[in-house]
Amino acid sequence: MSKNIHIKDHGKEKTLFLNRIFISSLVGLFLFIIIVIRLIQLQVFEYDTFSQKAQGNRINLRATLSPRGTIFDRNGNTLAENITAFELIITPEQVIDTEETMNNLLDLKLINPMQIDAIRKKIQKTQKFRSITLRSNLNDQEIARFAANRANFPGIDLQPKLIRHYPHKNYTSHVVGYVGSINKKDQTRLNQSFYNPNEKTGKTGTEYFKETILHGEPGYYQFIANARGREISLNENRKNNTFLENKPALPGVNIFLTIDLNLQILATDLLDERRGSVVAIDPNNGQVLALVSSPSFDPNIFNENLTTSKYNELQRNTDQPLFNRAVLGTYSPGSIIKPILGLAALQLGVTNLTQRHICKGHYSLPGNTHRYRDWLSSGHGSVNLHKAISQSCDVFFYEVGGRIGIDRMHDYLDQFGLGQKTNIELAGERTGLIPSTKWKKAMFSKKEDKNWFPGETVIASIGQGYMLATPLQLANATAALATRGNRFKPTLISAIENPINNEKIFNESQELTQIKIDSQSYWEEVISAMHNVMQGSGTAKNVGLGAPYKMAGKSGTVQVISVGQEEEYDRELIDERFQDHALFVAFAPLNNPEIAVAVIIENGNSGSRVAAPIAKSIMDEYLGY
Amino acid sequence: MFNDTSNIWHSRYPIKSSAFALQLLKLDGPLLLLISIACLLGVFVLFSASNESTEILMRQLIRIGVAFAALLVTAQIPTDLIRRISPWGYFFGLVLLSFVLFLGDIGQGAQRWLDIGIRFQPSEIMKLAVPMMVAWYLHERKLPPSGKHILNIFILILIPSILIAKQPDLGTSILVFTSGILIIFLAGIPFRYISVLSLLAIPGSLLLWEFMEDYQRQRVITLLNPDIDPLGAGYNIIQSKIAIGSGGLFGKGWTNGSQVQLEFLPEKSTDFIFAVIGEEFGLLGLLCILIIYILIIARSLYIASQAPDLYSKLLAGSISLTFFVYVFVNAAMVIGLIPIVGIPLPLISYGGTSMVTLMIGFGILMSINANQKLLST
Repeated sequence: MSKNIHIKDHGKEKTLFLNRIFISSLVGLFLFIIIVIRLIQLQVFEYDTFSQKAQGNRINLRATLSPRGTIFDRNGNTLAENITAFELIITPEQVIDTEETMNNLLDLKLINPMQIDAIRKKIQKTQKFRSITLRSNLNDQEIARFAANRANFPGIDLQPKLIRHYPHKNYTSHVVGYVGSINKKDQTRLNQSFYNPNEKTGKTGTEYFKETILHGEPGYYQFIANARGREISLNENRKNNTFLENKPALPGVNIFLTIDLNLQILATDLLDERRGSVVAIDPNNGQVLALVSSPSFDPNIFNENLTTSKYNELQRNTDQPLFNRAVLGTYSPGSIIKPILGLAALQLGVTNLTQRHICKGHYSLPGNTHRYRDWLSSGHGSVNLHKAISQSCDVFFYEVGGRIGIDRMHDYLDQFGLGQKTNIELAGERTGLIPSTKWKKAMFSKKEDKNWFPGETVIASIGQGYMLATPLQLANATAALATRGNRFKPTLISAIENPINNEKIFNESQELTQIKIDSQSYWEEVISAMHNVMQGSGTAKNVGLGAPYKMAGKSGTVQVISVGQEEEYDRELIDERFQDHALFVAFAPLNNPEIAVAVIIENGNSGSRVAAPIAKSIMDEYLGY
Repeated sequence: MFNDTSNIWHSRYPIKSSAFALQLLKLDGPLLLLISIACLLGVFVLFSASNESTEILMRQLIRIGVAFAALLVTAQIPTDLIRRISPWGYFFGLVLLSFVLFLGDIGQGAQRWLDIGIRFQPSEIMKLAVPMMVAWYLHERKLPPSGKHILNIFILILIPSILIAKQPDLGTSILVFTSGILIIFLAGIPFRYISVLSLLAIPGSLLLWEFMEDYQRQRVITLLNPDIDPLGAGYNIIQSKIAIGSGGLFGKGWTNGSQVQLEFLPEKSTDFIFAVIGEEFGLLGLLCILIIYILIIARSLYIASQAPDLYSKLLAGSISLTFFVYVFVNAAMVIGLIPIVGIPLPLISYGGTSMVTLMIGFGILMSINANQKLLST
């Protein structure tokens, strides 16, 4: 290819080039102007939007937990409090060699070898600067062991944490309850914005019932965070951070229960792990002084790393320590209802103060050969109402009960609060049962079962058959007898206290409809018969004899006809479990009553011999003798 | 009075001597000053962007030193020699590029590095070798070039551009391609060709789309709607716009930008350093930087316009305009006008090879400038 010789016009080329440079400059300038316009759009017109977005980016919220309210007894003894426990935490970014650290912790027996894999996974999933809990609730030895070796563990630390503690353990567990982790059921009940998923919530007792006020309101604080959420501490001098909001947590309210700790402890000890319950009430205001269900459990175990086996053990125990018999256990009241029926009989005029019946030890309905036996097979002889109560004569009440009739019987027992919830501040309270013809009609499906039989009235007259009552209901009814008809709603709450200024608001007693009995003499007759039970010639005369104050009581010994609600027991146990329940109610002093008590010991055999002494000891303690 | 006049004389003397020194070193005073200002401001911003890391600061200072040395050396090379080695440089670059494709190191998911004692990117050579080659090809030919020559030049440009895009390094590929195309434009290609080429750009861009990696396509989609994936593909651009927008008129102050300091802004020392300036120094700061860039480009174009021969003219013009493309693409991507391509902000972003290449480019400009002065005197 021959080389072409170009005739170059340098002037023209130069002009062309300059021309192109000029065009380029114009285009360049134009593009720069577009950039400037865009910058003005972003930095001037949309400044507010982006400024807010930048703030939103860097300001994070963290919740501060509210300390849970303390629970006291009526005298200010602590029943539930927050104490500091220590947990072992790891901050991965500060650890030099994670595996070595874990092995060393294993050697010191500070972590569970079973959990190592779970911990490893957690470390991998979490950002390096966030702490992870390795173990919670370290005991004193473990804390000491770690403290002695702390220098070998960079990145491992002890972190204090508030946990719930119940200093009186099983003495108050059924009243105070306990707290546990939030489960699905709790989630629907609780205001979720107030709870951290790791928090605990009340599961039973007061802890459950008063959860909303015990929990308090969590606060929050704002902090500056980087893109990975790590909190950044700012140099105060250079960077003004007063715009950060800080709302302190509102601590939970303190609660004073009506419970008298001494009485509670005494009652628990007197029951001595036997299945049973004691409820004591101040008749003048309905305040519950003691509420015991036995056997009990130590609520603190729910705070420790409760292994399922430990919980299962409690669940499987045939004595049912987790079951609150005082409000959930329903028992045939037996002879306990005789004073109430006596009042009904007097008020209705089906008997009077002097009318006598002959008790031969058994009773039969007219035109029927079936014999309803008296507990004393030899018979009580000639008995009036007074003697019928103090000796607990069944035949007298078979006769009188028939005259009252089941529906009027129901009405009077109902006035004493039996067969209805007391609405005490405990969850799951049972209604109990006072039968009536209406109830039976509604309850049974077969036509022949819907009718009420006279024989059913006979056994209802001595508190057996369908009739069921909780220990709390019995104590409550006894309190109404003690005040001669003035009734109060039973309550566990004495006062609530504002934790900030310690201002106390007292829970006012709530008076219920008075029981209508026309003559004061009817009350006095029945009560004097009950006095006779304990301090005269009655069924528990040995118990009250020689006491420096006057008291009244009534025993009940109830046949266990059928097996209780839910249990299925070992054959070996059957004999014991078929023995009679021992019941006793009492109040004192006779004329200015201060305390009413109901005692039930399952399969305790004899109300007057087994339950009555417990009732008397409690009254002694409360009245200061 | 007497003392005053003597002072004037004494003060003038050093100015005269420094001007003389610049001439002796074949350096252009205004351009050198502007580049130095840009580099200094860059160091200043980088200190904040790197969370006040003195280590990064020192490394950048060393790089700037090396780059200025490269500028100084290049300026001493006569333009004639530069022209004569142009084709050799181009072919040498192509060979290295092929090496990279077959046995290069992998850095940040892309195959760009060649380890020859020091790690360096052969694609950087092409940023200069391609315009040198195109200018060389045209310098003895009649302007405006004929269609045949334009096609040849196109092939010369496309081969390295495609090789670089394959690495994949779309940003450099675009810069290399643009630096060549700009020369065709400066060489006076008729506007009818330009319109035809513009029409070709439509199927061309479709072809480009086919060549693109998934992540690159994602970037285009993200530009059109960053909120599709605000924590993934859209994150960078969203955070960058927040940084700039929240800077307002005057900015939040040096080392006070929350987006920067709290690490919401990604790649803040490198590709997104423009957003750091926007957040901490506001619109005012960005305008200052832009003005410095405009002055650098203006001075470079002036040198190009004064260049004594066609080769120098075309090469200087290309270097100047490529520098503009550099600035524009980086600024436009950071403020969400174009998709994100990995092009740093020249003279300011933290990074090694591109700084040296830029300075060698400016060295060539100064060599051309010195050559022109030599001829004109």
